[in-house]
Amino acid sequence: MENRPLEYDYTVAKWFMLTTVVLGIVGMLVGVILAWQMAFPAVNLMAGEGLAEYTNFSRLRPLHTDSVIFGFTLSGIWATWYYVGQRVLKVSMAESKFLMFLAKLHFFIYLLVVVAVVGSLLLGISTGKEYADFEWPIDIAVVVVWVIWGMSIFGLIGIRREKSLYISIWYYIATFLGIAMLYLFNNMEIPTYFASGGIGAWYHSVSMYSGTNDALVQWWYGHNAVAFGFTVPIVAMIYYFLPKESGQAVYSYKLSLLAFWGLMFVYLWAGGHHLIYSTVPDWMQTMGSVFSVVLILPSWGSAINMLLTMKGEWQQVASSPLIKFMILASTFYMFSTLEGPIQAIKSVNALAHFTDWIVGHVHDGVLGWVAFMIMAALFHMAPRVFKREIYSKSLMNTQFWIQTLGVVLYFTSMWIAGITQGMMWRAHDEFGNLAYSFIDTVTVLHPYYTIRAVGGTLYLVGMFLFAYNMYKTMTSSRRVEESELQNASPMGA
Amino acid sequence: MFHWLEKHPFFFAVAVFLTIAFAGLIEILPNFAQASQPTVGTKPYTTLELAGRHVYIKNNCMGCHSQLIRPFKSETDRYGHYSLSGEYAYDRPFLWGSKRTGPDLMRVGNYRTTDWHENHMKDPAAVVPGSIMPAYRWMFKNAADIDTAYAEQVTVNKVFATPYNTEIPMADGTKATVPLAATLDEAKAAALEEAKVIAADMKDQDVKDAVAAGQVPEIVAMIAYLNSLK
Repeated sequence: MENRPLEYDYTVAKWFMLTTVVLGIVGMLVGVILAWQMAFPAVNLMAGEGLAEYTNFSRLRPLHTDSVIFGFTLSGIWATWYYVGQRVLKVSMAESKFLMFLAKLHFFIYLLVVVAVVGSLLLGISTGKEYADFEWPIDIAVVVVWVIWGMSIFGLIGIRREKSLYISIWYYIATFLGIAMLYLFNNMEIPTYFASGGIGAWYHSVSMYSGTNDALVQWWYGHNAVAFGFTVPIVAMIYYFLPKESGQAVYSYKLSLLAFWGLMFVYLWAGGHHLIYSTVPDWMQTMGSVFSVVLILPSWGSAINMLLTMKGEWQQVASSPLIKFMILASTFYMFSTLEGPIQAIKSVNALAHFTDWIVGHVHDGVLGWVAFMIMAALFHMAPRVFKREIYSKSLMNTQFWIQTLGVVLYFTSMWIAGITQGMMWRAHDEFGNLAYSFIDTVTVLHPYYTIRAVGGTLYLVGMFLFAYNMYKTMTSSRRVEESELQNASPMGA
Repeated sequence: MFHWLEKHPFFFAVAVFLTIAFAGLIEILPNFAQASQPTVGTKPYTTLELAGRHVYIKNNCMGCHSQLIRPFKSETDRYGHYSLSGEYAYDRPFLWGSKRTGPDLMRVGNYRTTDWHENHMKDPAAVVPGSIMPAYRWMFKNAADIDTAYAEQVTVNKVFATPYNTEIPMADGTKATVPLAATLDEAKAAALEEAKVIAADMKDQDVKDAVAAGQVPEIVAMIAYLNSLK
């Protein structure tokens, strides 16, 4: 028994792969609509005056952010967890009926939450806090989903055969713990219906924190939701999938240790950089700023560790689109984790805060790093879970270049837009009066908003190519044997 | 030590949790009590203003407008005095925003009028040529949720001791009191009285008729809230 390779059970991984693709397209489609609305406001009325309430920029914006964060990215994290977890712990989901049941429950409650979120955001039911927009009934459901995932992680760890936890598992555990802590504390709210003895909307709540405190807790959460949603679990993925796909051992164990514990210690402090020049105490702003710069070390530690893993094997970057996706992801990670600290320096932040440069930063991180890595992971998993080769290598290459062009157009236009806007807001004439009225600083951005919309549209086109490639892989690609699945994934022309 | 942790998942998880929880404790806790003290002149919201604040949140106005004036000359020239922590003491949630696609609104009540907002919300580009803000015409039709606003007032008064029916010192040395109605019906009646004052300055006949018939359209509550931002 122990000598035969384990039969892993990928049922739930497959389901989450599906939601990753679907919610990715939904989230990015909404994003593209928003981008065109900013360039051409008439798009707000795309479904007519009657539906304008539900199609205008402000109502759709949380739907974009939440479906990319909690739809696409979380699904991607869970798809990879239900794949990577079994393999590095050397235990199959099929070995425990209980864990299998939990995993399925995890998926179905998650689907319910997704439906509730989409409905409530379109109706404008919101707590008003970014990325924590959900009202208390949904928050409770989110906590349930999270606890189930936690039981699933520690349950699988409990019955593992491989005693040492691989690096990816460290990062999944950290994701679970980090988000659990942040989400709970930031969403502390009191349902007004119950507190007032049954008056008003039953789903409405009021934050436990007010004003400056609320801001502090929110950005402690908001920044670290990025940490534990967009960084930590994505690093978990690259530590597994890049060595697997390339057949190379991780370059340095010590560097991975340093990067992991460094990231854990430093990341949480950096939330204060969202509040520079606000009304929170100056020492917190300075701490946020300083630790953001320190954060370069552990971030680059992981990224360099990954790049050096390819040492001596760089020809794979040219020959395999899958490796291309991961190396570009890693490069964008370095780029984004350098850009962030620069924006956290007080004098730079004075210029950059509230402008489109921040939007650009988020998107080079998410489109370039998070989404590229998740798609690479799904590409690597597809032949192994469907027992078929990836449908088309040339389609992968096409997707790669279209999306790379999309990201580049996105962040370059937003850099220029953000810096232009920041400079115009502060410009004075020779008498010391403001040089521009606010609307001047809006109309000047039109060309950049248009370029950004084009970039976003290209990226979305790439998403459709990705979905098509995955669909064909699943349904009509050549069947492959276990022996073909050692390292480099089999791909059709 | 690290090798040992990697073989003992429970202790590994505890170590990770302590490492990440540490920063939050040090950054957030020390200032908590002090930051929630109101400045002189800061009042809690009336029922109608709070209903307007809910309309503001429902339509995610903070997605494009900040309510945080930073201490730079360019900002105080444009928007007024820079923000003070205590001015936000009754803001649950805070609405600082993170992006200024449109201008800051922290003190918009000082330099815009009911009339201006009415025209602007109906057709922003007609008031500010080149504006990319969408029109919010449904606010003229939808009814504001006074019940929920009152429920929130009762809640914050009960749970956080938000000072309704209490004398509050104003900057000019006088005292002001924001009443909290004893019942929902009283709250609705008071909100309607406030709404009538706003509607008197408006031109939209449907809105005027609605208020005359005892209803409060969202736009009226919204304008009451925007006018309160000073």
